Amino acid sequence: MVRRIIVLSISILTLLTLVFAGGCSKQDNTDSASKSGETINLGAVLDISGSSSSLGIPERDTLRMLADQLNAKGGINGRQVKLTILDNKSEETEGVLAVKRLIDQENVVAIIGSSASGTSLAMVDTVQKEGVPLISLATNSKIVEPVSERKWVFKMAQSDELIANSMIKYAKSKGIQKTAILYMNNAYGDGGQKALNQAAADNGISVVLLDKFEATDKDMSAQLAKIKNSDAQAVMVWAIPPSASIVTRNYREIALNIPMIHSHGIANQNFLDLAGDAANGIEFPVGKIVVAAQLPDNDPQKQVLMSYTTDFTAKYNTPPSTFGGHAWDAFYMLVNAINESGTDRAKIRDSLEKTKNFVGISGVFNMSETNHNGLDDSCMAMVNVTDSKWVLIK
Amino acid sequence: MPRESLKYLLIAAASIGFVILPFVLESNYLLSILIIIGIYTLVVEGLGVLMGYAGQVSFGQAAFFGIGAYAVAILTTRYSWGTIPAFLAAIVLPALVAAVIGRPTLKLKEHYLALATLAIGILVHIFFNEGGELTGGPSGLTGIPYLKIGGLVFDQDYKFYYLIGVFVLLVFLGVRNLDRSRIGRSLRAIRDSEVAAEANGINSAALKLKAFVFSAFLAGLGGGIYAYYITFISPAPFNFNMSIQFVIMAVIGGLGTIWGPLLGVSLMVALGEVLRWLVPLFIPNAGGEYQIIFYGLILVLTMIFKPEGLSTGWRKKTVSDSEEQEQKKENLTVSIRR
Repeated sequence: MVRRIIVLSISILTLLTLVFAGGCSKQDNTDSASKSGETINLGAVLDISGSSSSLGIPERDTLRMLADQLNAKGGINGRQVKLTILDNKSEETEGVLAVKRLIDQENVVAIIGSSASGTSLAMVDTVQKEGVPLISLATNSKIVEPVSERKWVFKMAQSDELIANSMIKYAKSKGIQKTAILYMNNAYGDGGQKALNQAAADNGISVVLLDKFEATDKDMSAQLAKIKNSDAQAVMVWAIPPSASIVTRNYREIALNIPMIHSHGIANQNFLDLAGDAANGIEFPVGKIVVAAQLPDNDPQKQVLMSYTTDFTAKYNTPPSTFGGHAWDAFYMLVNAINESGTDRAKIRDSLEKTKNFVGISGVFNMSETNHNGLDDSCMAMVNVTDSKWVLIK
Repeated sequence: MPRESLKYLLIAAASIGFVILPFVLESNYLLSILIIIGIYTLVVEGLGVLMGYAGQVSFGQAAFFGIGAYAVAILTTRYSWGTIPAFLAAIVLPALVAAVIGRPTLKLKEHYLALATLAIGILVHIFFNEGGELTGGPSGLTGIPYLKIGGLVFDQDYKFYYLIGVFVLLVFLGVRNLDRSRIGRSLRAIRDSEVAAEANGINSAALKLKAFVFSAFLAGLGGGIYAYYITFISPAPFNFNMSIQFVIMAVIGGLGTIWGPLLGVSLMVALGEVLRWLVPLFIPNAGGEYQIIFYGLILVLTMIFKPEGLSTGWRKKTVSDSEEQEQKKENLTVSIRR
């Protein structure tokens, strides 16, 4: 008897959930979203749980804080904003379902997300078909290229190309002509090494040695020894901790007397903790949010960076990250576009594409018909590790 | 009303319901849930045959699902094949792969077979990740065209809904026929006791291989449709985790039944969707892998109260059923004594 009841209740639950998932929040299906005077519906799909949750959680926190602030100030043109944030569990299929839910059930005028490249790319086809502006927070340049097939998609994060350019240009300014490149063997490292090679070729720097290590490797002395025997004048590393920390320790151990330039992947406390004293003297490019307080007062981004840092730290007791910064940029760029052109999806898209001199957390954005990212390498700051702290190289 | 005509009435009502559903729902979101349920159902039906009839566990089903999806993606974007030939390749290729690796693998028994399929799943996933230009590496492949059959372009959710509906129906009919055929009975015999089946002249190795190939064939079919539906693929959806999810769906729904896979998949997918908006309402700061708790709970409850799966609860227990169970117990004691 008990069994039968359980079976019956689980079966009923299945049916109910199906009906519920659609029914409960089904709103009037008027095609163009909210009318004037009503709330404006915005949506976000973020990697809140699963493997990319370290990106999605600060983004969610930032978006919530900003939506509350905006509504407290009276919203957009007197209309309150309703922001619906959905989790895609870091899975692409889930991301597609979530974005369709936002469009159909929540009737949103535009969507922010996702946090990672794969989950963002999976949503592209849906928003292109439905004609809804999408602002991705992930890095992969395929998200907005080719622009002709990405009419509705924009991207806030710096591409690998920008970061690679900053590294190579910095090396060039130090008179380096020959470099070695080390990278971790995954999507992150592979994208980085391609960008670095391209940037080096563009700037007339020759790559004398290209080698890789696995993300789980515990010792990279062999790769570094090869570099020691080459005529490289610098070694560029594209990796994240813990392997980025290990390679830095090994670099000190074998006393390699050429500068080591890392990518932005080491801009977290984890790297400093694992690398210890070996990290001192390492240089790398990073989004300015990390060194906001050290920026000169005439830096165009200084003011927004400081106010975001203060607000976020006050609310969540932890300093903001670059990922939260991408969410900040997406939110305000969207708010500006709605402010300018109302709640029609196509008009919002047009406004987003015309965004010029938007001073955000990740840089100063200049969108155009051929560039849906809008950043240049002035958005990166070069940083030096001194006494286990990040110090801006002026 | 006689039972027979009631049955036909139900079938007629269900078909009408199926056809008009997109017009009633008017929601691409709900349709997309049904499409995903349909795609997974294809995969899990195959797994259900393998597990329920042949008694073999596969922890590598996501790999065949992935091979189907990658076949479509690679052939259409890299080699500009037509969408129908690529789709056929998506169905045939996983079956071929299964036939080749199944021959040595299926000689393994019990846990070793499960381990071998697990290894296959992981190997294929590594291949997707490290395939360089061919597979697009970890960032995957974009720009998969829409499926075109004649003048019909499958670019809208409702079209996919009908397409997947037809495939699911065909697979249902196929499995129903299998269930009542000589092969079905032989497979069940192997599941209950391989030794006894062999003694009765059943070539168990060949039959198990057929079931394995059939399951890969259906997984490839699901994968091909998946690639055409999402139009972007990366290695992520075809990992070991997905294989486990397929197994859980099959087990929850009920092994060796026709409706079990549909029920299991529907429950898991719908639960995922409900949790998506329910959890933030109650636990605003939830992050990490919280949904696993619910999946685990369902699996545990099913195992405790309905170990043979949910869909079997509808059938009245008959004398032959209890006889069958007695028989199973006997087999079990025999195998324990051995």
